[in-house]
Amino acid sequence: MDFDLMITSFPKLLSATVITLKLLSVSLIIGMFFGLFFAILRMNKNIFINKFAYGYSYVFRGTPLLVQIFIIYFGLGQIEYLRSTFLWVILKEPYWCAIIAFTLNTGAYTSEILRSAFQTIKPGIIEAGKSLGISNKIVFYKIQIPIAIRQSLPAYGNEIILMMKGTSLASTVTLMDLTGVAKYIISTTFKPIEVFIVAGGIYLFMTFLIHNLIKYLEKKYSFQ
Amino acid sequence: MELLAFGKTGWGDELFYATLMTIAVSVTAMLVGFVFALIFTPLKLSKYKLLNLIGNFYTTVIRGVPELLVIYLFFFGGSGAIMYVASIFGYYEYIEINAFITGSLAIGIISGAYSTEVFRGAIQSIDKGQFEAAKVLGVSKFAQFYKIILPQMLRLAIPNLSNVWQITLKDTSLISVTGLVEIMRQSYIAAGSTRDPLFFYSFAAVLYLLLTYLSMKLINRLEVKYSRGY
Repeated sequence: MDFDLMITSFPKLLSATVITLKLLSVSLIIGMFFGLFFAILRMNKNIFINKFAYGYSYVFRGTPLLVQIFIIYFGLGQIEYLRSTFLWVILKEPYWCAIIAFTLNTGAYTSEILRSAFQTIKPGIIEAGKSLGISNKIVFYKIQIPIAIRQSLPAYGNEIILMMKGTSLASTVTLMDLTGVAKYIISTTFKPIEVFIVAGGIYLFMTFLIHNLIKYLEKKYSFQ
Repeated sequence: MELLAFGKTGWGDELFYATLMTIAVSVTAMLVGFVFALIFTPLKLSKYKLLNLIGNFYTTVIRGVPELLVIYLFFFGGSGAIMYVASIFGYYEYIEINAFITGSLAIGIISGAYSTEVFRGAIQSIDKGQFEAAKVLGVSKFAQFYKIILPQMLRLAIPNLSNVWQITLKDTSLISVTGLVEIMRQSYIAAGSTRDPLFFYSFAAVLYLLLTYLSMKLINRLEVKYSRGY
């Protein structure tokens, strides 16, 4: 055990954690809107809109995140037309490519979670709202959405943790996130176990925090 | 379409073998995972606090740390660990472990943590009366597990195991960083030499979709089989 290496690599890994957290929070926030949008599309009666939303979540849940990142980072740059538009400013940055991939990926999972949450809402609650003369729109925004969000909290907590682990793939497109820096230190010092303990410890600590935050929110917004 | 031709002119045969490699790694990893689950599920269900702690440590650490980090640990640490063990026996040559073995072991340990949780949940949801009835009837411990608990457990575990399989299948794409030529690595090579990454990575995505789709069909059949009588 090389404790000196563990101590010296800790600050480096900690500053890389900032990038991991940035990637995670930005893609979760945008992904949440994507998820809600596609969950609403899934409940649409129009079969084309419905199938489109289903196809989106099926494709993004059925393929590895690594493929999605590579398609966006290496693949999209190949289209000549894209290079001439303003989109190229975004697509040439690995940081934004990673965020786009993470957002679309978490959006697909979130839409599934929210859809099943909407389905578990008892029809009586919606009927009660309607019989009180509340408009459909307000029933949806003030009753259905808050209940669905509460229902989906446990599953969404898992999704946050999965996404946090997913951000490690950003290191494959040259970003120096926590895993990227860990890999760099390992390949220069050839001490994988020490670095794994420190980097893994930081990841575990974040998992622990997310887990407890979700538990707290579940308790706070429980129906009892 | 010329790019996908079989033979020397296209990448069809290479991608076909790469797909087989992905399937091989996934199946091996899943089986390695079952071995780990077989060891750690009893630990998690044990009456003894220390054994519980070991079981929980395994599932918590593996499920809380990114897969890529675990793969790097095995990739960089694997041959070092083997060489260390070999040096005890007086062997000092450089040993390199096969990428296939490293990969399926790393993914297997990850998949095992998820399988352990699935088995634990399935066993816990079997009615206590089943265990008691077996005991009262004088069924041996061995027969109790294989003839009574296991069949019931499998029915409950299959839907969740199918999720574990999907996760494992997708995780194998990460082994490409170690140089094992599976779908992702082959697409990377093909994309590099033809300068057509969009096509090859999209094709890789289609291959993965096909694999997940076909395995879903297969698992659904298993599910029907084990739900006879319900």
